[in-house]
Amino acid sequence: MRVLIKALASIALLSAFLVSPAALAEWGYNLPRGVTDISHKVFEMHMLAFWIMCVVALAVFGAMTYSIIKHRKSKGVTPATFHESTAVEIVWTVIPFIILIVLAIPAAYTLIEQEDDSNSELTIKITGYQWKWEYEYPDSGVSFFSTLAEESRQARVIGSDIDVNTVENYLLDVDKPLVIPVDTKVRFLLTANDVIHSWWIPDFAIKKDAIPGFINTMWTKVNETGTYRGQCTELCGRDHGFMPVVVEVVEKSEFNQWLASQIESKESGQQLATTN
Amino acid sequence: MNAALTDTDHHDDHHHGPAPGLLRWVTTTNHKDIGTLYLWFSLIMFFIGGFMALIIRAELFQPGLQVVDPHFFNQMTTMHALIMIFGVVMPAFVGLANWMVPIMIGAPDMALPRMNNWSFWILPFGFSMMLSTLFMDGGGPAGGWTLYPPLSLQGGNGFPFLIFSIHILGISSIMGAINIVATIMNLRAPGMTFMKMPLFVWTWFITAYLLIAVMPVLAGAVTMLLTDKFFGTAFFSAAGGGDPVMFQHIFWFFGHPEVYILILPSFGIVSEIIPTFSRKKLFGYASMVYATSSIALLSFIVWAHHMFTVGMPLSGELFFMFATMLIAVPTGVKVFNWVATMWGGAMTFETPMLFALGFVIMFTIGGFSGVMLALAPVDFQYHDTYFVVAHFHYVLVPGAIFGIVAAVYYWIPKWTGNMYDEKLGKAHFWISTIFVNLLFFPMHFVGLAGMPRRIPDYAVQFADFNAISTIGAFGFGFSQLIFVVVLVKCVKGGKKATDQVWEGAEGLEWTLSSPPPYHSFSDQPVVK
Ligand code: HEM
Ligand SMILES: [Cu+2]
Ligand SMILES: [Cu+2]
Repeated sequence: MRVLIKALASIALLSAFLVSPAALAEWGYNLPRGVTDISHKVFEMHMLAFWIMCVVALAVFGAMTYSIIKHRKSKGVTPATFHESTAVEIVWTVIPFIILIVLAIPAAYTLIEQEDDSNSELTIKITGYQWKWEYEYPDSGVSFFSTLAEESRQARVIGSDIDVNTVENYLLDVDKPLVIPVDTKVRFLLTANDVIHSWWIPDFAIKKDAIPGFINTMWTKVNETGTYRGQCTELCGRDHGFMPVVVEVVEKSEFNQWLASQIESKESGQQLATTN
Repeated sequence: MNAALTDTDHHDDHHHGPAPGLLRWVTTTNHKDIGTLYLWFSLIMFFIGGFMALIIRAELFQPGLQVVDPHFFNQMTTMHALIMIFGVVMPAFVGLANWMVPIMIGAPDMALPRMNNWSFWILPFGFSMMLSTLFMDGGGPAGGWTLYPPLSLQGGNGFPFLIFSIHILGISSIMGAINIVATIMNLRAPGMTFMKMPLFVWTWFITAYLLIAVMPVLAGAVTMLLTDKFFGTAFFSAAGGGDPVMFQHIFWFFGHPEVYILILPSFGIVSEIIPTFSRKKLFGYASMVYATSSIALLSFIVWAHHMFTVGMPLSGELFFMFATMLIAVPTGVKVFNWVATMWGGAMTFETPMLFALGFVIMFTIGGFSGVMLALAPVDFQYHDTYFVVAHFHYVLVPGAIFGIVAAVYYWIPKWTGNMYDEKLGKAHFWISTIFVNLLFFPMHFVGLAGMPRRIPDYAVQFADFNAISTIGAFGFGFSQLIFVVVLVKCVKGGKKATDQVWEGAEGLEWTLSSPPPYHSFSDQPVVK
C-alpha cells in the first residue's frame, strides 16, 4: 500500500512538472514539437520513449524502494536464501526485448522517411566556415554569407558592458538569414570549407554534419511560416558557439520575389564590377 | 608454475616487509603498494580534472563571457575529459584490481610484478607531458577529447606531445590489462574455478580483454593524426584522397568499448557490495557473467551510434540503431539482478552500500537516456546537445565514480586495518548525491531545449538551468574534500577493523588479516 501511494505521488509530481507550462514555458525544458511532419513524428517518438522509460523506472525503483523499506535488518528480518530463478530471468530478458521492439519499429519507419530526399522542389547548398555559414541557391546563382548579428557580436566580448539580457535573440541572430518557401520540399547539400560543422534547426528536427571534401544531403518541408533558429552543433574551434543558424520561412510568392530581388542585386553588382 | 612460486617465497624469507624509505614506492613490485600508488594518483588527477570542470562551470554560470577566452574554454573541456577518463577512472580501476584481484583469487601477488611497476610509473610522466601542453605555444588540445580531424590538426606546438602522452597511457593500460589477464588465468587458488570467481574479478577479466583489443586501435588512430600533420599523409583529408569520417569510425571503434571499460569494473564492485549488505547471495551469478560478456561483445558493433549525423547510408543507421538498443537488454538484466539481490535480504546501509544503491539508481537513469539516444531519428535532435552531456555524466559520475568510491569505503578497512569515520562517510554520500543531481539533471532540460554542448556562452533562455548546474558543480566538487578527510583519518588510525570487517561479507579477501600481510597468501588457500 505504501509503495502504491509513493508511486502515485511521484507520478503526480513528475507530471505536474512536465505539463505545467505556465511555470516552465519560458525556461524551455523539452524538445520543440516543431513545424514539419517529421518533427512531429520525432517529438512523438521522443515522448513515447520518455514515458516508457518512466514506467520502467517506476517498476525498478519501486521494487527497490519497497525492498529498502521492508527488507532491512533493523526490522529483524532473516534474509531469504534464493539466488536464482531461470523463469524470472527469462521473463526480464524477454520483456525489455519486447519494449525495445515497440520502440524500434516506429523509429525505423521515421528514419526511412528522414533519409528519403527524392522529389525535392528546391536545392540549397550550405557550406560551413570557421565561423559562419554560406548559403547558395545553385539554380539561380544566388549566394551569400550568414554571420552572427552585430549586436550579439559586440555583447559577447569578454568584459563588454552590454548586458546580454538586453540583446534580442542573443547569439541566435544573424546578419542575413537563409530564406526558404513554406510547404515546399527543400533539399540541402552540406559541406564545409575547413573543419567539420553541423547544421541544426530544432523546429525542423534536422541536423547533419558539414564535412570538408564531402557532400551530405538532408531535406525539410516546413508547414508554417516564421523565423526558426538553431546553432552549429559540431565543435569547430574557437568561435563554435557563435555561428547561429537562422531560417526565415515565407510564403511561396514572397520567396519568389525575394529570390528575384537577390538575382537583380547580384546582376547589378556584377555590372558595376565590369564597368569599373 | 608452483615450483617458481615456492622459489620466490624462499627468497623472500630474508625481507618480509617493504623496502624502507621513499625508494619503496619507486622500486616496489608489490601488488598492494602499486595498487595504493594507482589510487592516490587517481585521486590527485580527480582534483585536477575537477578544477578544470569548475572553470567550465564558472564560465557557464551566466550567459555572456566572463571568465575565460573561448579557446581556453575549449582546452578545458578537452583536457577535463581526457584526464577524467584516462587519469581518474581507468587508473582507479587498475589500482583496485591490483589490490583486490590477487587477494580475491588467493594469489600471492600479480603474475607480472615488474611490469606492474612499469605500467604505473610511466603514468605520471604521460600526464605531466599532457598537462604541459597547456603551457606551450598554441595551448593544449582544444578539439574535444574525441580529437576529430581536421579540427584537432589545428592544434599548436603541444599536438605531438599530446599524441605521445596518449601512446604512453595506452601502453600503461595494455600492460595493466595483460597483467590482470595473466594473474586471473594462472594464479587462481585450487578450487577457484572460473564460475566461482567473484564478480569483481570477472568484470575486470572481461574489461582487460576489451582494453587489449581497443587501446591499440586508439594508438593507431592518433598515430595517423600525427603523420597527417607532420609527414604529409592524408588519411583523414579529403584533399589527399582521405576521409575525416574514417577517423570517427576508428575512434569510436575504440570509443564505445572504452565507455564499457569505464563501467564494467563498477558493475563488479556493486555486485560485491550489494550481497554483503543485503546478507544474501548475489541473485543470478551466472546470468551476471553472461550479461557482462554479451555487453562486451556487443560493444564492438555499436560504435556508429555516436555518428548518426555524419551521413551514413540508411542501412548503416538502421543496423547501428538496432544493435545499440540490443545492449539495453543485458544491461537491464544486471540492474534487475541487483534489485532481486536486495529483495528479501536483511539490509543495512553503511557508506559502501549507500554509494552502491546510489549507483544502481543513477546509473539506470543514464541507461534510460541511453536508450533514448539509441533511437536514430530522435538522436538527430539530441546529438551534440547537453542531453548527451547529461547522459554520459550520469553513467560516469554517479555511475563509474560512485562505484569506485563505494569500493574504497568497502575495502579500506581491509587495506588499512582501521574503520573509516562512518558519520563522515554518510555525509559524503548524501551531500554528493544531492549536488550531483543538481549538477547533471538540469542538463537534460537545457539539452532538449536546444543548447549545444562544448559552447562557452549561450542564449539567455538557457540561463536558469545553467546557473543551477554550476551551483551543483561547486557543491559536488567541494564535498569531495570530505572524502579526502575520511581517507586521511582512516589511513592514520581509527577503530581497529576485524578480519571479517562486514558481517555479511564473503570471499577470500576477508580471510586475511586487516591489514593483510605484505605478501598476501604465503599458504595457498583452497576453495571448496
Ligand atoms: C543502455 C546502455 C547505453 C546506451 C544505449 C548508450 C547509448 C549512447 C548513444 C547513442 C550515445 C551517442 C549520443 C550522441 O552523441 O548523439 C552515447 C554517448 C555516450 N555514452 Fe552512452 N549508452 C549507454 C551506456 C553508457 C555507459 C555505460 C557509458 C559509460 C560509462 C556511456 C558513456 C557514453 C559517453 C561518454 C558518451 C558520449 C561520448 C562523446 O560524444 O563524447 N554510455 N551513449
Ligand atoms: Cu561550426
Ligand atoms: Cu557508445
